[in-house]
Amino acid sequence: MQSSLIRLTAVLVSSSLIAPAVLAAPLATLGKPEGKLNIIAWPGYIERGQSDKNYDWVTGFEKSTGCQVSVKTAATSDEMVSLMNSPNYDLVTASGDASLRLIYGKKVQEINPALIPSWNTLDPRVKSGNWFTVAGKPYGVPYQWGANFLMYNSKVFTKAPTSWSVLFEPGNLPDGKPNKGRVQAYDGAIYIADAALYLMHKNPKLGIKDPYELNEAQYAAVLKLLRQQKGLTHRYWHDVTVQMNDFKKEGVAVSSAWGYTINTLQAEKFPVAGTIPQEGATGWADTTMLHAQAQHPVCAYKWMEWSLNKKLQSGLAEWFGSNPVVAEACQTKAPGGSNFCQSNGFDRFAQIRFWRTPVAKCGQGSCVPYSRWTADYIAIMGGR
Amino acid sequence: MMTVSLPEGQTTATRPGILLRLGGALYRHPGLQLALLLALPLLWFMLVYLGSLCTLLAQSVLTFDDFTMSVSRELTLDNYRQLLSPANLDVVLRTLSMATLVSLASAVMAFPLAYYMVRYARGWQKGFFYVAVMLPMWASYIVKVYAWTVLLAKGGIVYWAYQTLGLQGIVDWLMTLPLIGGNSLTTSNLGRFTVFTYIWLPFMILPIQAALERVPANLLQASSDLGASGAQTFRHVILPLAFPGVVAGSIFTFSLTLGDYIIPQLIGPSGLFIGSMVYTMQGSIGNMPLAAAFTVVPVCIIGLYLLGARKLGAFDAL
Repeated sequence: MQSSLIRLTAVLVSSSLIAPAVLAAPLATLGKPEGKLNIIAWPGYIERGQSDKNYDWVTGFEKSTGCQVSVKTAATSDEMVSLMNSPNYDLVTASGDASLRLIYGKKVQEINPALIPSWNTLDPRVKSGNWFTVAGKPYGVPYQWGANFLMYNSKVFTKAPTSWSVLFEPGNLPDGKPNKGRVQAYDGAIYIADAALYLMHKNPKLGIKDPYELNEAQYAAVLKLLRQQKGLTHRYWHDVTVQMNDFKKEGVAVSSAWGYTINTLQAEKFPVAGTIPQEGATGWADTTMLHAQAQHPVCAYKWMEWSLNKKLQSGLAEWFGSNPVVAEACQTKAPGGSNFCQSNGFDRFAQIRFWRTPVAKCGQGSCVPYSRWTADYIAIMGGR
Repeated sequence: MMTVSLPEGQTTATRPGILLRLGGALYRHPGLQLALLLALPLLWFMLVYLGSLCTLLAQSVLTFDDFTMSVSRELTLDNYRQLLSPANLDVVLRTLSMATLVSLASAVMAFPLAYYMVRYARGWQKGFFYVAVMLPMWASYIVKVYAWTVLLAKGGIVYWAYQTLGLQGIVDWLMTLPLIGGNSLTTSNLGRFTVFTYIWLPFMILPIQAALERVPANLLQASSDLGASGAQTFRHVILPLAFPGVVAGSIFTFSLTLGDYIIPQLIGPSGLFIGSMVYTMQGSIGNMPLAAAFTVVPVCIIGLYLLGARKLGAFDAL
C-alpha cells in the first residue's frame, strides 16, 4: 500500500518535471504509454466498429498499446481550432484551413519523425506538404486527403455532370426541370473557394491563380456569383444527416458533398453518385497534430504510428470516401472490397485545391483575409 | 478548581440557554433572521446569474484575432460596431420579427382555450385539459423539433394531408409568397413559425389561464345584468382583467424565441438567428467577444420588454 503511494508520488513528481521539457523540443524517446488518449476528429474519422463492425481501427490499437481512446467529433475546422484552446486533448485531425492557424497559434507542437517508424512509407506527394510543414519542421503526420465531390441524383442525371456550373448558373437539369430549389451549397465560409475555382476556369480574364488568394476585384466577382447561387439553393447544408434527408425526401438533385455522404446514401441503395468535374475540386488534406500541452504524448505517438498502417488507411479511405497517405494502401483490400483509390480520385491529386486559410499577405500582394470571408458568407446566406 | 466542579444541573441548563438566547436574538432582530434565510440564495444569484452576466459584458469588449482565432485582452468597441453592419442587423431584425409574430399567434390561440378551461371545463374535462397542455412539455424539445423536420418535409404527413384534402394548391401558393415562402415547408419561414408556435404555446396558455381564474364570476353576471352583450363583456371586463396574463405569457414566448438556436438551424431558410449566430461565433469560430456582443442584444430587448410588461401589470399575473 505504502510502496504504491510512493510510486504514485514519484510518477506525479517526475511527470511534472518532464512536462515542461515536452514544450521545448519534440520527444526524443518514448516512455511507457500513459493509458489514455483524447482525439478531436471529423465525424466518421476514428471508428471503433460502432457504426459498422467491419470498420474498426481503434480496438486493435487499444489492445496493443493499452491506450484508451476517446474521440470528440467536430463539425467544422473552426470548431477544431476552438476546441484546441483546451489542453484536454492530445491529437486533432486538422484540415489545411486549420493546421496553419494551429501552428502559428502555438497550439500544436513539432513532432519527431524518428519516433514514427512508418514515416518513410508516406506518399511523397504529401510527405512534406506545406499545410503542416513550417520552416522544414513537420507539425504532424498526414492522415488522409480527399475531394469535395459534386454529388448528384443519378436518376436525374443519366450522365455525370462535367462542370460545377449546375450549382452556380440558373438552367435546366437533364430531366428538363430547372435547377432552382434543387441544389445545395456548403454552409461554411471556405465554400467561397469553390465559387472561385469555378470562376477561375469560366472567366480566365479575372486572373484567379489560386482560389484561396483573391484580390478585391476577384473577390467581388466571386461574391456576385455566390449571390446568384443563393437564389438557386434549396438550403445551405450543414449537417450530413439533414443533407441526406434532403436528397431522399426534398427532391434535392445536386450539391457539393463529402465522399462519406455519397457512400452512406449508396449503402442505403439511394441513387446518387459523386464526381470531380473538369474544373477540378476543392479538397482537404488532414494531418494528425499533437497538442502543445498534450497530457498523453506517448500514446499520441503510438497512435500517429498506428494511423499509418495499411489496413487502417485502406479501411478508412473506403469508409470515409477519402484517399490514403500511404500509397501501398491502395492495393490493400478494404472491408467492402471497393476500388476506393480509383473512385476517390487518388490519381487526381494535382487537380485538387486543398483547403487553406486565406490570409491578407499573398502572391499577388494583398488578398482578402478569412475574417471577411466569414462575415460576407453569413451575409450571403442571409440573402444580402 | 471551583469552576471545574460545577453541579450537574447547571451545565445542562446552559444548553437550552444558548438556543433560547439565539431564538431571542432572532426574535429581537428580524433583520438577522431574514439575512440568514436569504444569504445562500442571494449569494447564488449574485455569483451565478449576475456574475455570468458581468463576465459576458466584459468579454464583449475584448479583441478577437481572426487569424490565430484567439482572444486578446486589448479593449475595443469594435464588436458593437460590427453589430451595426447590415448583415448583422438583418440577424437581429429577423429574430425580433419572428419572436413578435410567434407571441401574437400564441396569444390568439391560447386565449380561447384558456377561457374554455376556466369557465366551461368541469370535473374530468379540467384534468384532461391540464394534462393535454402539459403533456408535450414532458417530451424532449430536441425530439419534437426533429420530428417536425420529418412531418414538414415533402412526402411528409403535412403535405400528404393537404394532398388528400385536395388543398395542395394552397401550400404551393403559400410557398411562392415572399418572406413566408420557400422551397418547401421545411425550408420556409412559415414552417419555422409553425414549429416555434407549437413549441412555446403551453407557456402562453398557463399564465392566461391563471389570470382568467382570478376574474370574479360575479363581475360577468353584473355585466350581463346591466345589459352588456357577450362581446361587450369580453371587451370591457374580461380582456382588461386578463390582459396582464397575456403579457406574462408573451414574456415567455418572446424571450424563448429570441434566444433559441436549434429550431432556426433545423427548420426554415438559411439566414441565422441571434441564437444561432452566438452559437456559430462562440461554438465554431471561437469569436467569444462578438458572441458576447450579440448576447447583449436580447438582454437589452428583454429588459425594455419587461419594463413595458411591468407597466401593463404582467407581474401581478405570474
